[in-house]
Amino acid sequence: MASLVIAEHDNSKLGEATAKTVTAAMQVSAPVHVLVAGSDCAGVANAAAKLAGVEKVLIADAPPYTRMLAEPMEALIVSLAPAYDAILAPATTNGKNYLPRVAAKLDVPQISEITKVVSPDTFERPIYAGNAIATVQAADGKKIITVRTTAFAAAAADGNAPIEKIDATADSGASRFVGEELSRSERPELTAAKIIVSGGRGMQSGENFKLLENLADKLHAAVGASRAAVDAGFVPNDYQVGQTGKVVAPQLYIAFGISGAIQHLAGMKDSKIIVAINKDEDAPIFQIADYALVADLFQAIPEMEAELTKLGY
Amino acid sequence: MKVIVPVKRVIDFNVKVRVKADGSGVDLANVKMSMNPFDEIAVEEAVRLKEKGKATEVVAVSIGPQQAAETIRTALALGADRGIHVKADGEVEPLAVAKILKGICEAEEPGLVIMGKQAIDDDSNQTGQMLAALLAWPQGTFAHKVEIGDGQAQIEREIDGGLQTVEIKLPAVITTDLRLNEPRYASLPNIMKAKKKNIDQKTPADYGIDITPRLKVLKVTEPAKRQAGAKLKTMAELVGKLREAGAL
Ligand SMILES: Cc1cc2nc3c(=O)[nH]c(=O)nc-3n(C[C@H](O)[C@H](O)[C@H](O)COP(=O)(O)OP(=O)(O)OC[C@H]3O[C@@H](n4cnc5c(N)ncnc54)[C@H](O)[C@@H]3O)c2cc1C
Repeated sequence: MASLVIAEHDNSKLGEATAKTVTAAMQVSAPVHVLVAGSDCAGVANAAAKLAGVEKVLIADAPPYTRMLAEPMEALIVSLAPAYDAILAPATTNGKNYLPRVAAKLDVPQISEITKVVSPDTFERPIYAGNAIATVQAADGKKIITVRTTAFAAAAADGNAPIEKIDATADSGASRFVGEELSRSERPELTAAKIIVSGGRGMQSGENFKLLENLADKLHAAVGASRAAVDAGFVPNDYQVGQTGKVVAPQLYIAFGISGAIQHLAGMKDSKIIVAINKDEDAPIFQIADYALVADLFQAIPEMEAELTKLGY
Repeated sequence: MKVIVPVKRVIDFNVKVRVKADGSGVDLANVKMSMNPFDEIAVEEAVRLKEKGKATEVVAVSIGPQQAAETIRTALALGADRGIHVKADGEVEPLAVAKILKGICEAEEPGLVIMGKQAIDDDSNQTGQMLAALLAWPQGTFAHKVEIGDGQAQIEREIDGGLQTVEIKLPAVITTDLRLNEPRYASLPNIMKAKKKNIDQKTPADYGIDITPRLKVLKVTEPAKRQAGAKLKTMAELVGKLREAGAL
Protein backbone atom coordinates (compact mmCIF):
# COMPACT_ATOMS: atom_id res chain seq x y z
CA MET A 1 0.00 0.00 0.00
CA ALA A 2 1.22 3.50 0.72
CA SER A 3 1.91 5.96 3.48
CA LEU A 4 0.22 9.26 4.22
CA VAL A 5 2.22 12.19 5.57
CA ILE A 6 0.31 14.99 7.25
CA ALA A 7 1.80 18.32 6.20
CA GLU A 8 2.94 20.89 8.76
CA HIS A 9 2.17 24.42 7.58
CA ASP A 10 0.62 27.77 8.48
CA ASN A 11 -1.64 27.94 5.39
CA SER A 12 0.92 29.99 3.50
CA LYS A 13 4.21 28.13 3.94
CA LEU A 14 5.00 24.43 4.01
CA GLY A 15 7.09 23.68 7.09
CA GLU A 16 10.44 21.98 6.56
CA ALA A 17 9.28 19.31 9.01
CA THR A 18 7.10 17.93 6.21
CA ALA A 19 10.02 17.25 3.86
CA LYS A 20 11.81 15.40 6.66
CA THR A 21 8.74 13.35 7.49
CA VAL A 22 8.45 12.39 3.81
CA THR A 23 11.99 10.97 4.01
CA ALA A 24 10.97 8.80 6.97
CA ALA A 25 7.75 7.76 5.21
CA MET A 26 9.65 6.60 2.11
CA GLN A 27 11.50 4.14 4.34
CA VAL A 28 8.30 2.86 5.96
CA SER A 29 6.00 2.40 2.99
CA ALA A 30 6.25 3.93 -0.47
CA PRO A 31 4.60 5.53 -2.39
CA VAL A 32 3.99 8.55 -0.20
CA HIS A 33 0.96 10.80 -0.31
CA VAL A 34 0.84 14.12 1.52
CA LEU A 35 -2.30 15.54 3.11
CA VAL A 36 -2.50 19.31 3.28
CA ALA A 37 -5.37 20.23 5.59
CA GLY A 38 -5.92 23.94 6.05
CA SER A 39 -7.73 26.85 4.52
CA ASP A 40 -6.59 28.95 1.58
CA CYS A 41 -3.62 26.64 1.50
CA ALA A 42 -3.19 26.03 -2.26
CA GLY A 43 0.36 27.39 -2.12
CA VAL A 44 1.23 24.84 0.55
CA ALA A 45 -0.11 22.02 -1.62
CA ASN A 46 1.99 23.28 -4.54
CA ALA A 47 5.10 23.20 -2.37
CA ALA A 48 4.26 19.69 -1.11
CA ALA A 49 3.79 18.51 -4.72
CA LYS A 50 7.44 19.36 -5.38
CA LEU A 51 8.83 17.07 -2.67
CA ALA A 52 10.81 14.22 -4.20
CA GLY A 53 9.13 10.84 -3.76
CA VAL A 54 5.64 12.23 -3.22
CA GLU A 55 3.19 10.50 -5.56
CA LYS A 56 0.12 12.58 -4.82
CA VAL A 57 -0.95 15.52 -2.69
CA LEU A 58 -4.42 15.60 -1.13
CA ILE A 59 -5.76 19.00 -0.22
CA ALA A 60 -8.64 19.52 2.20
CA ASP A 61 -9.25 23.25 2.06
CA ALA A 62 -11.94 24.16 4.59
CA PRO A 63 -12.35 26.40 7.67
CA PRO A 64 -12.22 23.63 10.35
CA TYR A 65 -8.61 22.93 9.36
CA THR A 66 -7.32 26.50 9.51
CA ARG A 67 -5.62 25.88 12.87
CA MET A 68 -5.34 22.11 12.53
CA LEU A 69 -7.41 21.58 15.67
CA ALA A 70 -7.15 17.98 16.81
CA GLU A 71 -10.82 17.01 16.62
CA PRO A 72 -11.54 17.85 12.95
CA MET A 73 -8.04 16.62 11.97
CA GLU A 74 -8.81 13.27 13.61
CA ALA A 75 -12.06 12.87 11.65
CA LEU A 76 -10.41 13.77 8.35
CA ILE A 77 -7.35 11.53 8.76
CA VAL A 78 -9.41 8.58 10.02
CA SER A 79 -11.64 8.90 6.92
CA LEU A 80 -8.55 8.56 4.70
CA ALA A 81 -6.87 5.82 6.74
CA PRO A 82 -8.25 2.72 4.94
CA ALA A 83 -6.07 3.46 1.89
CA TYR A 84 -2.79 3.53 3.84
CA ASP A 85 -0.70 1.17 5.90
CA ALA A 86 1.25 3.95 7.55
CA ILE A 87 0.33 7.47 8.62
CA LEU A 88 3.10 9.82 9.70
CA ALA A 89 3.21 13.33 11.10
CA PRO A 90 6.15 15.40 12.28
CA ALA A 91 6.46 15.53 16.07
CA THR A 92 5.48 19.20 16.19
CA THR A 93 2.93 20.45 18.70
CA ASN A 94 0.34 20.00 15.92
CA GLY A 95 1.32 16.43 15.09
CA LYS A 96 1.52 15.50 18.78
CA ASN A 97 -1.93 16.97 19.27
CA TYR A 98 -3.96 15.22 16.56
CA LEU A 99 -2.12 12.00 15.69
CA PRO A 100 -2.67 10.04 18.95
CA ARG A 101 -6.41 10.57 18.43
CA VAL A 102 -6.12 8.90 15.04
CA ALA A 103 -4.20 5.96 16.52
CA ALA A 104 -6.80 5.46 19.27
CA LYS A 105 -9.67 5.59 16.77
CA LEU A 106 -7.92 2.98 14.62
CA ASP A 107 -7.16 0.91 17.73
CA VAL A 108 -3.41 0.81 17.15
CA PRO A 109 -0.54 2.11 19.26
CA GLN A 110 1.23 5.29 18.21
CA ILE A 111 4.99 5.09 17.83
CA SER A 112 6.11 8.49 19.06
CA GLU A 113 9.11 10.50 17.85
CA ILE A 114 10.97 7.89 15.88
CA THR A 115 14.60 8.69 15.14
CA LYS A 116 15.29 5.78 12.79
CA VAL A 117 13.41 3.39 10.53
CA VAL A 118 15.17 0.05 11.05
CA SER A 119 12.76 -1.80 8.78
CA PRO A 120 9.19 -1.06 7.69
CA ASP A 121 7.81 -2.33 10.99
CA THR A 122 10.72 -1.63 13.35
CA PHE A 123 11.78 1.75 14.65
CA GLU A 124 14.14 3.43 17.08
CA ARG A 125 12.86 6.02 19.50
CA PRO A 126 14.47 7.77 22.46
CA ILE A 127 12.99 7.18 25.90
CA TYR A 128 13.91 8.52 29.37
CA ALA A 129 14.90 11.95 28.02
CA GLY A 130 17.11 10.32 25.43
CA ASN A 131 19.11 8.38 28.00
CA ALA A 132 18.04 5.16 26.32
CA ILE A 133 17.04 4.21 22.80
CA ALA A 134 14.26 1.65 22.39
CA THR A 135 13.96 -0.46 19.25
CA VAL A 136 10.28 -1.30 18.88
CA GLN A 137 8.44 -3.50 16.44
CA ALA A 138 4.83 -2.93 15.50
CA ALA A 139 3.86 -6.28 14.11
CA ASP A 140 0.20 -5.90 13.24
CA GLY A 141 -2.06 -3.13 12.03
CA LYS A 142 -1.41 0.29 10.58
CA LYS A 143 1.69 2.16 11.65
CA ILE A 144 0.84 5.49 13.23
CA ILE A 145 4.08 7.40 13.70
CA THR A 146 5.33 10.81 14.74
CA VAL A 147 8.77 11.67 13.43
CA ARG A 148 11.56 13.50 15.22
CA THR A 149 12.52 15.69 12.32
CA THR A 150 16.10 16.39 13.45
CA ALA A 151 16.84 12.72 12.75
CA PHE A 152 15.90 12.77 9.07
CA ALA A 153 17.20 14.74 6.08
CA ALA A 154 14.68 16.78 4.10
CA ALA A 155 13.40 15.29 0.85
CA ALA A 156 14.60 17.26 -2.17
CA ALA A 157 12.22 19.68 -3.90
CA ASP A 158 12.54 18.46 -7.47
CA GLY A 159 9.30 16.48 -7.82
CA ASN A 160 6.02 17.30 -9.49
CA ALA A 161 3.10 15.35 -8.03
CA PRO A 162 -0.55 15.85 -8.94
CA ILE A 163 -2.82 17.60 -6.44
CA GLU A 164 -6.23 16.17 -5.67
CA LYS A 165 -8.99 18.06 -3.83
CA ILE A 166 -10.78 16.09 -1.13
CA ASP A 167 -13.91 16.90 0.83
CA ALA A 168 -13.92 18.05 4.41
CA THR A 169 -15.45 15.71 6.98
CA ALA A 170 -18.13 16.90 9.39
CA ASP A 171 -16.85 18.96 12.31
CA SER A 172 -18.47 18.38 15.72
CA GLY A 173 -17.76 21.98 16.73
CA ALA A 174 -16.68 20.79 20.20
CA SER A 175 -13.50 22.79 19.92
CA ARG A 176 -13.05 26.34 18.70
CA PHE A 177 -10.00 28.50 18.00
CA VAL A 178 -10.10 31.71 20.03
CA GLY A 179 -6.76 33.40 19.42
CA GLU A 180 -3.02 33.10 19.45
CA GLU A 181 0.02 34.97 20.58
CA LEU A 182 2.95 34.04 18.40
CA SER A 183 6.53 35.09 19.00
CA ARG A 184 7.37 37.14 15.94
CA SER A 185 10.94 37.17 14.88
CA GLU A 186 13.02 37.70 11.77
CA ARG A 187 15.43 35.09 13.06
CA PRO A 188 15.43 31.52 11.76
CA GLU A 189 13.16 29.00 13.43
CA LEU A 190 14.80 27.10 16.28
CA THR A 191 14.25 23.70 14.71
CA ALA A 192 15.62 24.81 11.33
CA ALA A 193 18.51 27.09 12.40
CA LYS A 194 22.12 26.24 11.56
CA ILE A 195 23.34 28.08 14.62
CA ILE A 196 21.58 28.48 17.98
CA VAL A 197 22.66 30.67 20.86
CA SER A 198 20.89 29.62 24.00
CA GLY A 199 20.61 31.15 27.44
CA GLY A 200 19.80 29.76 30.86
CA ARG A 201 19.09 30.98 34.34
CA GLY A 202 22.55 32.56 34.30
CA MET A 203 21.16 35.27 31.98
CA GLN A 204 19.36 36.69 35.04
CA SER A 205 16.68 38.66 33.16
CA GLY A 206 14.71 39.07 29.97
CA GLU A 207 16.50 42.36 29.44
CA ASN A 208 19.84 40.54 29.37
CA PHE A 209 18.55 38.18 26.68
CA LYS A 210 18.86 41.17 24.31
CA LEU A 211 22.61 40.62 24.52
CA LEU A 212 22.08 37.12 23.18
CA GLU A 213 19.70 38.37 20.52
CA ASN A 214 22.28 40.82 19.21
CA LEU A 215 24.84 38.06 19.08
CA ALA A 216 22.32 35.80 17.33
CA ASP A 217 21.64 38.46 14.71
CA LYS A 218 25.34 38.72 13.94
CA LEU A 219 25.46 34.95 13.41
CA HIS A 220 22.07 34.61 11.68
CA ALA A 221 21.26 32.30 14.55
CA ALA A 222 18.10 31.41 16.44
CA VAL A 223 17.77 32.05 20.18
CA GLY A 224 16.92 29.19 22.52
CA ALA A 225 16.62 28.83 26.27
CA SER A 226 16.51 26.39 29.14
CA ARG A 227 13.33 25.69 31.05
CA ALA A 228 14.62 27.76 33.96
CA ALA A 229 14.90 30.83 31.71
CA VAL A 230 11.37 30.28 30.39
CA ASP A 231 9.87 29.60 33.82
CA ALA A 232 11.47 32.80 35.11
CA GLY A 233 9.71 34.70 32.32
CA PHE A 234 12.93 35.86 30.58
CA VAL A 235 11.69 34.52 27.24
CA PRO A 236 8.48 32.93 25.85
CA ASN A 237 7.70 29.22 26.15
CA ASP A 238 8.50 28.47 22.52
CA TYR A 239 12.20 29.17 23.18
CA GLN A 240 12.51 26.10 25.43
CA VAL A 241 14.92 23.44 24.24
CA GLY A 242 14.77 20.02 25.88
CA GLN A 243 12.98 16.79 26.69
CA THR A 244 9.67 18.57 26.99
CA GLY A 245 10.36 21.53 24.72
CA LYS A 246 11.94 21.60 21.28
CA VAL A 247 14.51 19.13 20.03
CA VAL A 248 17.19 20.81 17.96
CA ALA A 249 20.31 19.65 16.15
CA PRO A 250 22.04 22.66 14.60
CA GLN A 251 25.59 22.77 13.25
CA LEU A 252 26.54 24.89 16.24
CA TYR A 253 24.85 25.24 19.65
CA ILE A 254 26.28 27.83 22.01
CA ALA A 255 24.99 27.60 25.60
CA PHE A 256 25.43 30.56 27.93
CA GLY A 257 24.69 30.07 31.62
CA ILE A 258 23.04 26.68 31.21
CA SER A 259 24.05 24.00 33.72
CA GLY A 260 23.28 20.98 31.52
CA ALA A 261 20.44 19.11 33.24
CA ILE A 262 19.54 15.86 31.42
CA GLN A 263 16.21 17.37 30.43
CA HIS A 264 18.02 20.15 28.60
CA LEU A 265 20.63 17.87 27.05
CA ALA A 266 17.80 15.70 25.67
CA GLY A 267 16.91 18.56 23.36
CA MET A 268 20.33 19.56 22.04
CA LYS A 269 22.90 16.80 22.44
CA ASP A 270 22.65 15.81 18.78
CA SER A 271 23.95 19.22 17.73
CA LYS A 272 27.07 18.92 15.59
CA ILE A 273 29.25 21.20 17.69
CA ILE A 274 28.36 22.21 21.24
CA VAL A 275 29.97 25.18 22.94
CA ALA A 276 29.37 25.81 26.63
CA ILE A 277 30.15 29.02 28.44
CA ASN A 278 29.62 28.83 32.17
CA LYS A 279 31.33 30.34 35.18
CA ASP A 280 31.17 27.07 37.11
CA GLU A 281 33.94 24.79 35.88
CA ASP A 282 32.06 21.76 37.23
CA ALA A 283 28.87 22.48 35.30
CA PRO A 284 27.65 19.15 33.82
CA ILE A 285 27.23 20.70 30.38
CA PHE A 286 31.03 20.71 30.05
CA GLN A 287 30.94 16.90 29.98
CA ILE A 288 29.30 16.96 26.55
CA ALA A 289 30.64 20.22 25.13
CA ASP A 290 33.15 20.14 22.29
CA TYR A 291 34.51 23.49 23.37
CA ALA A 292 34.29 24.76 26.93
CA LEU A 293 35.02 28.21 28.25
CA VAL A 294 34.88 28.87 31.97
CA ALA A 295 33.87 32.51 32.01
CA ASP A 296 31.31 35.02 33.14
CA LEU A 297 28.79 35.27 30.34
CA PHE A 298 28.42 39.01 30.77
CA GLN A 299 32.05 39.31 29.73
CA ALA A 300 31.98 36.46 27.25
CA ILE A 301 29.10 37.74 25.11
CA PRO A 302 30.68 41.12 24.25
CA GLU A 303 34.03 39.39 23.74
CA MET A 304 32.49 36.97 21.30
CA GLU A 305 30.84 39.82 19.43
CA ALA A 306 34.17 41.63 19.18
CA GLU A 307 35.94 38.51 17.88
CA LEU A 308 33.19 37.98 15.31
CA THR A 309 33.46 41.59 14.18
CA LYS A 310 37.16 41.01 13.57
CA LEU A 311 36.20 38.10 11.33
CA GLY A 312 33.93 40.34 9.32
CA TYR A 313 30.61 39.27 10.85
CA MET B 1 -18.16 18.79 38.58
CA LYS B 2 -16.00 15.78 39.23
CA VAL B 3 -12.40 15.86 38.02
CA ILE B 4 -10.35 12.74 37.30
CA VAL B 5 -6.58 12.99 37.50
CA PRO B 6 -4.53 10.04 36.27
CA VAL B 7 -1.10 9.80 37.93
CA LYS B 8 1.84 7.63 36.92
CA ARG B 9 4.67 6.30 39.03
CA VAL B 10 7.94 6.91 37.17
CA ILE B 11 11.65 7.07 37.81
CA ASP B 12 12.41 10.34 39.63
CA PHE B 13 13.47 13.10 37.23
CA ASN B 14 16.76 13.56 39.11
CA VAL B 15 17.88 9.96 38.79
CA LYS B 16 20.58 9.13 36.27
CA VAL B 17 19.05 6.43 34.08
CA ARG B 18 21.12 3.31 33.44
CA VAL B 19 20.46 0.93 30.60
CA LYS B 20 20.66 -2.75 31.56
CA ALA B 21 23.61 -4.59 30.08
CA ASP B 22 21.39 -7.26 28.50
CA GLY B 23 19.48 -4.64 26.51
CA SER B 24 16.15 -5.56 28.05
CA GLY B 25 15.34 -2.15 29.46
CA VAL B 26 16.52 0.37 32.03
CA ASP B 27 17.53 -0.53 35.55
CA LEU B 28 14.68 0.32 37.92
CA ALA B 29 15.92 -1.76 40.87
CA ASN B 30 16.44 0.37 43.95
CA VAL B 31 16.06 3.69 42.17
CA LYS B 32 13.95 6.51 43.51
CA MET B 33 10.46 6.58 41.98
CA SER B 34 8.10 9.56 42.08
CA MET B 35 4.92 10.88 40.60
CA ASN B 36 5.45 11.97 36.98
CA PRO B 37 6.13 15.75 37.26
CA PHE B 38 3.45 16.67 34.72
CA ASP B 39 0.92 14.69 36.77
CA GLU B 40 1.83 16.72 39.86
CA ILE B 41 0.88 19.79 37.85
CA ALA B 42 -2.39 18.07 36.91
CA VAL B 43 -3.20 17.25 40.54
CA GLU B 44 -2.40 20.82 41.55
CA GLU B 45 -4.69 22.24 38.87
CA ALA B 46 -7.55 19.96 39.88
CA VAL B 47 -7.14 20.79 43.56
CA ARG B 48 -7.11 24.51 42.75
CA LEU B 49 -10.36 24.06 40.78
CA LYS B 50 -11.86 22.49 43.87
CA GLU B 51 -10.59 25.30 46.08
CA LYS B 52 -12.17 27.81 43.69
CA GLY B 53 -15.47 25.97 43.87
CA LYS B 54 -15.33 24.87 40.22
CA ALA B 55 -14.80 21.20 41.03
CA THR B 56 -16.68 19.19 43.63
CA GLU B 57 -14.50 16.11 43.82
CA VAL B 58 -11.01 15.15 42.65
CA VAL B 59 -10.38 11.47 41.97
CA ALA B 60 -6.78 10.31 41.47
CA VAL B 61 -6.31 7.22 39.33
CA SER B 62 -3.20 5.14 38.80
CA ILE B 63 -2.67 2.11 36.63
CA GLY B 64 0.39 0.21 37.73
CA PRO B 65 1.99 -2.18 40.20
CA GLN B 66 1.32 -2.44 43.92
CA GLN B 67 3.55 0.59 44.61
CA ALA B 68 1.43 2.80 42.36
CA ALA B 69 -0.83 3.04 45.40
CA GLU B 70 1.88 5.24 46.97
CA THR B 71 1.61 7.61 44.02
CA ILE B 72 -2.14 7.81 44.59
CA ARG B 73 -1.44 8.54 48.28
CA THR B 74 0.77 11.41 47.21
CA ALA B 75 -2.10 12.82 45.14
CA LEU B 76 -4.43 12.39 48.12
CA ALA B 77 -1.95 14.26 50.32
CA LEU B 78 -1.94 17.09 47.77
CA GLY B 79 -5.71 17.38 48.04
CA ALA B 80 -7.37 14.71 45.90
CA ASP B 81 -10.43 13.22 47.64
CA ARG B 82 -10.20 9.55 46.79
CA GLY B 83 -8.30 7.15 44.59
CA ILE B 84 -8.76 4.31 42.14
CA HIS B 85 -5.87 1.89 41.75
CA VAL B 86 -6.02 -0.37 38.70
CA LYS B 87 -3.41 -2.97 39.51
CA ALA B 88 -1.29 -4.02 36.56
CA ASP B 89 2.25 -5.34 36.51
CA GLY B 90 4.71 -4.82 33.70
CA GLU B 91 4.53 -2.36 30.87
CA VAL B 92 1.07 -0.95 30.14
CA GLU B 93 1.07 0.91 26.83
CA PRO B 94 -0.60 4.32 26.42
CA LEU B 95 -3.44 2.87 24.34
CA ALA B 96 -4.30 0.33 27.05
CA VAL B 97 -4.08 3.02 29.72
CA ALA B 98 -6.43 5.20 27.67
CA LYS B 99 -8.89 2.32 27.34
CA ILE B 100 -8.90 1.67 31.08
CA LEU B 101 -9.34 5.40 31.74
CA LYS B 102 -12.25 5.40 29.32
CA GLY B 103 -13.88 2.66 31.40
CA ILE B 104 -13.32 4.69 34.54
CA CYS B 105 -14.79 7.81 32.91
CA GLU B 106 -17.87 5.89 31.85
CA ALA B 107 -18.37 4.71 35.43
CA GLU B 108 -17.51 8.00 37.14
CA GLU B 109 -18.89 10.51 34.61
CA PRO B 110 -16.43 13.31 35.34
CA GLY B 111 -16.78 16.77 33.80
CA LEU B 112 -13.05 16.95 33.22
CA VAL B 113 -9.96 14.78 33.07
CA ILE B 114 -6.69 16.59 33.75
CA MET B 115 -3.49 14.67 33.07
CA GLY B 116 0.18 15.19 32.29
CA LYS B 117 1.13 15.85 28.67
CA GLN B 118 3.82 13.20 28.81
CA ALA B 119 5.37 10.72 31.18
CA ILE B 120 9.09 11.27 31.59
CA ASP B 121 9.85 7.54 31.25
CA ASP B 122 8.43 6.54 27.85
CA ASP B 123 8.12 10.16 26.61
CA SER B 124 5.14 9.17 24.46
CA ASN B 125 2.89 12.23 24.81
CA GLN B 126 -0.26 10.46 23.66
CA THR B 127 -2.42 9.02 26.46
CA GLY B 128 -4.59 12.12 27.02
CA GLN B 129 -5.25 12.58 23.32
CA MET B 130 -6.11 8.88 22.98
CA LEU B 131 -8.52 9.03 25.90
CA ALA B 132 -10.24 12.09 24.41
CA ALA B 133 -10.64 10.32 21.06
CA LEU B 134 -12.00 7.12 22.64
CA LEU B 135 -14.59 9.15 24.55
CA ALA B 136 -15.24 11.42 21.52
CA TRP B 137 -14.45 14.40 23.76
CA PRO B 138 -12.54 17.52 22.78
CA GLN B 139 -9.08 18.14 24.20
CA GLY B 140 -6.93 20.99 25.41
CA THR B 141 -3.36 19.73 25.28
CA PHE B 142 -0.14 21.33 26.59
CA ALA B 143 -2.17 23.67 28.81
CA HIS B 144 -0.52 26.86 30.00
CA LYS B 145 -3.68 28.33 31.50
CA VAL B 146 -7.13 26.87 32.17
CA GLU B 147 -10.30 28.92 32.61
CA ILE B 148 -13.41 26.88 33.40
CA GLY B 149 -16.68 28.47 32.23
CA ASP B 150 -20.24 27.28 31.94
CA GLY B 151 -20.20 23.99 30.05
CA GLN B 152 -16.94 24.97 28.37
CA ALA B 153 -13.32 25.76 29.12
CA GLN B 154 -10.81 28.15 27.61
CA ILE B 155 -7.39 26.62 27.35
CA GLU B 156 -4.26 28.56 26.57
CA ARG B 157 -1.86 26.08 24.99
CA GLU B 158 1.92 26.05 24.58
CA ILE B 159 2.55 25.52 20.87
CA ASP B 160 5.67 25.64 18.70
CA GLY B 161 5.12 29.25 17.70
CA GLY B 162 3.99 30.62 21.06
CA LEU B 163 0.57 30.38 22.71
CA GLN B 164 -2.82 29.44 21.30
CA THR B 165 -6.21 29.71 22.98
CA VAL B 166 -9.02 27.27 22.23
CA GLU B 167 -12.49 26.94 23.69
CA ILE B 168 -13.63 23.38 24.25
CA LYS B 169 -16.96 21.99 25.35
CA LEU B 170 -17.08 19.95 28.53
CA PRO B 171 -16.61 17.14 29.28
CA ALA B 172 -13.07 17.27 27.95
CA VAL B 173 -9.52 16.10 28.51
CA ILE B 174 -6.82 18.61 29.42
CA THR B 175 -3.11 17.80 29.39
CA THR B 176 -0.70 19.94 31.40
CA ASP B 177 2.43 21.77 30.35
CA LEU B 178 5.18 23.02 32.64
CA ARG B 179 3.96 26.57 33.12
CA LEU B 180 0.35 25.76 34.12
CA ASN B 181 1.12 26.08 37.82
CA GLU B 182 3.70 25.38 40.48
CA PRO B 183 2.64 22.33 42.47
CA ARG B 184 2.50 22.67 46.23
CA TYR B 185 4.25 20.42 48.70
CA ALA B 186 2.13 18.13 50.84
CA SER B 187 1.98 19.28 54.46
CA LEU B 188 2.48 16.77 57.25
CA PRO B 189 -1.15 17.01 58.46
CA ASN B 190 -2.35 16.44 54.89
CA ILE B 191 -0.07 13.42 54.53
CA MET B 192 -1.64 12.02 57.70
CA LYS B 193 -5.15 12.79 56.45
CA ALA B 194 -4.41 11.12 53.12
CA LYS B 195 -3.84 7.81 54.90
CA LYS B 196 -7.52 7.69 55.78
CA LYS B 197 -8.79 8.48 52.30
CA ASN B 198 -10.25 5.64 50.29
CA ILE B 199 -8.51 3.91 47.39
CA ASP B 200 -10.65 1.51 45.33
CA GLN B 201 -8.86 -1.57 44.06
CA LYS B 202 -9.56 -2.55 40.47
CA THR B 203 -8.02 -4.63 37.71
CA PRO B 204 -7.90 -4.06 33.94
CA ALA B 205 -10.33 -6.99 33.61
CA ASP B 206 -12.92 -5.00 35.60
CA TYR B 207 -13.04 -2.70 32.58
CA GLY B 208 -12.78 -5.53 30.08
CA ILE B 209 -9.37 -4.38 28.86
CA ASP B 210 -6.57 -6.64 27.66
CA ILE B 211 -3.26 -4.95 28.49
CA THR B 212 -0.99 -7.22 26.46
CA PRO B 213 1.55 -4.91 24.78
CA ARG B 214 0.99 -4.34 21.07
CA LEU B 215 4.49 -3.10 20.42
CA LYS B 216 7.41 -5.43 20.89
CA VAL B 217 10.48 -3.87 22.47
CA LEU B 218 13.32 -5.67 20.69
CA LYS B 219 16.05 -3.97 22.67
CA VAL B 220 16.97 -0.93 24.72
CA THR B 221 20.43 0.49 24.21
CA GLU B 222 22.54 3.41 25.34
CA PRO B 223 22.66 6.40 23.05
CA ALA B 224 25.94 7.37 21.41
CA LYS B 225 28.09 9.08 24.02
CA ARG B 226 29.52 12.52 23.50
CA GLN B 227 33.03 13.13 24.75
CA ALA B 228 34.01 16.24 26.64
CA GLY B 229 36.14 18.32 24.30
CA ALA B 230 38.72 21.03 24.80
CA LYS B 231 38.74 23.50 27.68
CA LEU B 232 39.82 26.83 26.25
CA LYS B 233 41.34 29.79 27.99
CA THR B 234 40.11 32.78 26.03
CA MET B 235 37.29 33.81 23.74
CA ALA B 236 39.79 34.49 20.95
CA GLU B 237 40.95 30.89 21.21
CA LEU B 238 37.34 29.63 21.19
CA VAL B 239 36.34 31.63 18.13
CA GLY B 240 39.56 30.51 16.41
CA LYS B 241 38.69 26.85 17.08
CA LEU B 242 35.16 27.32 15.74
CA ARG B 243 36.61 28.94 12.64
CA GLU B 244 39.01 26.00 12.18
CA ALA B 245 36.16 23.53 12.61
CA GLY B 246 34.21 25.31 9.90
CA ALA B 247 31.40 26.22 12.28
CA LEU B 248 31.90 29.95 11.66
C1 LIG C 1 9.37 17.28 33.91
C2 LIG C 1 10.53 18.17 33.65
C3 LIG C 1 10.76 18.60 32.35
C4 LIG C 1 11.81 19.44 32.07
N1 LIG C 1 12.00 19.81 30.77
C5 LIG C 1 13.04 20.63 30.47
C6 LIG C 1 13.31 21.05 29.14
O1 LIG C 1 12.61 20.65 28.20
N2 LIG C 1 14.35 21.89 28.91
C7 LIG C 1 15.16 22.34 29.92
O2 LIG C 1 16.09 23.13 29.65
N3 LIG C 1 14.93 21.96 31.19
C8 LIG C 1 13.90 21.12 31.49
N4 LIG C 1 13.69 20.79 32.80
C9 LIG C 1 14.43 21.49 33.86
C10 LIG C 1 15.83 20.97 34.12
O3 LIG C 1 15.76 19.90 35.03
C11 LIG C 1 16.70 22.09 34.74
O4 LIG C 1 16.09 22.56 35.91
C12 LIG C 1 16.91 23.28 33.80
O5 LIG C 1 17.33 22.84 32.53
C13 LIG C 1 17.95 24.21 34.39
O6 LIG C 1 18.10 25.36 33.61
P1 LIG C 1 19.45 26.21 33.66
O7 LIG C 1 20.57 25.35 33.25
O8 LIG C 1 19.21 27.46 32.90
O9 LIG C 1 19.53 26.64 35.18
P2 LIG C 1 20.52 26.18 36.32
O10 LIG C 1 20.57 24.73 36.46
O11 LIG C 1 20.18 27.01 37.50
O12 LIG C 1 21.93 26.62 35.77
C14 LIG C 1 22.33 27.94 35.59
C15 LIG C 1 23.78 27.90 35.16
O13 LIG C 1 24.22 29.21 34.86
C16 LIG C 1 25.54 29.38 35.32
N5 LIG C 1 25.74 30.82 35.51
C17 LIG C 1 25.10 31.65 36.38
N6 LIG C 1 25.55 32.92 36.23
C18 LIG C 1 26.46 32.90 35.25
C19 LIG C 1 27.30 33.90 34.65
N7 LIG C 1 27.23 35.18 35.02
N8 LIG C 1 28.14 33.52 33.68
C20 LIG C 1 28.23 32.23 33.29
N9 LIG C 1 27.48 31.25 33.82
C21 LIG C 1 26.60 31.58 34.79
C22 LIG C 1 25.61 28.59 36.59
O14 LIG C 1 26.95 28.22 36.88
C23 LIG C 1 24.73 27.37 36.25
O15 LIG C 1 25.51 26.32 35.69
C24 LIG C 1 12.65 19.89 33.10
C25 LIG C 1 12.44 19.46 34.40
C26 LIG C 1 11.39 18.60 34.67
C27 LIG C 1 11.19 18.14 36.07
